[in-house]
Amino acid sequence: MDVYLPIANLSVDGLVIVALGALTGILSGLFGVGGGFLTTPLLIFYGIPPTVAAASASTQVTGASVSGVIAHSKRRGVDYRMGAVMIGGGVIGSGFGALLFNFFRSIGQIDVVINALYVVLLGSIGLLMAKEAIQTLRGTGGSQAARRRHHPLVASLPFRWRFYGSGLYISPLAPLIVGIVVGILTMLMGVGGGFILVPAMLYILGMSANVVVGTSLFNILFVTIATTIMHSVTTRAVDIVLVALLLLGSVSGAQIGSQFAVKAKPEALRLVLAAIVLLVAFRMFLGLFYRPDEIYTVYPL
Amino acid sequence: MLLVAAFFLMGQRDPVLVPEVSQHEVQVRQGFVGQELLLFGAVLDPAGRAGQDYDIVVVLKGPSEPIRLREKERFIGVWVNAESSDFRSVPSYFAVASSRPITEIVDDKTAAIYEFGTNYIQLSPSGSFDPEEQRRFAAGLVDLKRRLGLYREDFGGVQISESVLYQARIELPSNVTTGTYTAETFAVTRGRVIASAVSEVEVKKVGFERFVEDSANEWGLAYGLIAVLLSVGMGWGAGRLFARL
Repeated sequence: MDVYLPIANLSVDGLVIVALGALTGILSGLFGVGGGFLTTPLLIFYGIPPTVAAASASTQVTGASVSGVIAHSKRRGVDYRMGAVMIGGGVIGSGFGALLFNFFRSIGQIDVVINALYVVLLGSIGLLMAKEAIQTLRGTGGSQAARRRHHPLVASLPFRWRFYGSGLYISPLAPLIVGIVVGILTMLMGVGGGFILVPAMLYILGMSANVVVGTSLFNILFVTIATTIMHSVTTRAVDIVLVALLLLGSVSGAQIGSQFAVKAKPEALRLVLAAIVLLVAFRMFLGLFYRPDEIYTVYPL
Repeated sequence: MLLVAAFFLMGQRDPVLVPEVSQHEVQVRQGFVGQELLLFGAVLDPAGRAGQDYDIVVVLKGPSEPIRLREKERFIGVWVNAESSDFRSVPSYFAVASSRPITEIVDDKTAAIYEFGTNYIQLSPSGSFDPEEQRRFAAGLVDLKRRLGLYREDFGGVQISESVLYQARIELPSNVTTGTYTAETFAVTRGRVIASAVSEVEVKKVGFERFVEDSANEWGLAYGLIAVLLSVGMGWGAGRLFARL
């Protein structure tokens, strides 16, 4: 089924795009991540211009996270206060991200920067998650409950607020900074940042596990809305036809994924996610060192 | 220019070209997967001499754009963008077809003047003045565009019947840029271009595709909001739908 994408300026097989959306949707339902880290590289691999891929992927993540947020808020799995602080940071971050994007584009290194970011972030987070999941599966990670509450640096920040949902009494500066970092990455990489947020909430902020996924999705929802608007106004690279196709797959995929998620073991799920993340990181890593398919890249003046 | 050329050529009692394109407007709409254009026409000899042998070369060119081409190089093991070169007029699309291989029709110099071949495209490089480097960048650019299906050569793609009628089929892929395309036709004999004519083809987005592109460019904020509404709506709708199942 051929579909012409008016912003990307080319014709694609619509079914492939829907299938791609479904794949990332299943992931997002299963793991509580947006799946943008997978959509963007796959779209680029399929031949969509990188800017269009990053911009449209962030819009798709909005749709994929909506139903998750609704489901989690019903069972009080969202700490709105924490989420709001992070969103504030995220909006500031996406502004910085847009500046950085233009800066790296002007010196011509944007694709290298994006690849390197993917390798470093996905690689380290994938390893962290894999280690954790394997420990838990073996039963050696019985120290779960005894784990320290939050990172010592977080405790040293001034002004403390109470975050009831997360069961925390910490400075709002900590989630604000986390939000800013995620906002920058969202703008640069076209990802919702779930794969960074979830570990950051667990290991840096020390939030209680039952609100982590919901609050992460809540944050992703608003940050991707902000980046979509930011892209629409600056790069004008959001392709609404591409977004609709991706959504068609991902919203149904997300529902299927979340039904699986209830039945599966959470540690096993995390191990699978870690494997996928590491696989993407490894592929990107090779891309940095192997002779690329295209030595030349065209930038419009 | 065409008129002057035609007049000049008439005076010489040289043949006149009457070119035509199967369609002067290509509409890019939903489901567009590319379009085959038929460039055809006749070579009229005012002197009535028949049987004289001509070669026909057709060149179809898309709107030009200025670009910067970056070259990746290995830097401490990592491939990064290193040098770059600017080109002021890079045709977004370029196709050439001829009745025989170009080398048998004209010499190098003539081929370069009339851009008979992808390696003769006048790209107007600027910035770098080292000719060797310019050639390397130009070759890289042409190769890139060729693999995208945007630069094509079809030597032997022009059929001539009875030394009068000619036709060539040229394929526009789906990733073409919109704008005004020019189709130039040249009649060549004994290594000399004796007649040429130009016709135009308009490639434009129509209907919904046109509307989407215009909206994205002119009302960025509203476009973004609609994209957000669409994704929130679809996400929410799917949640409701599956909740009932």
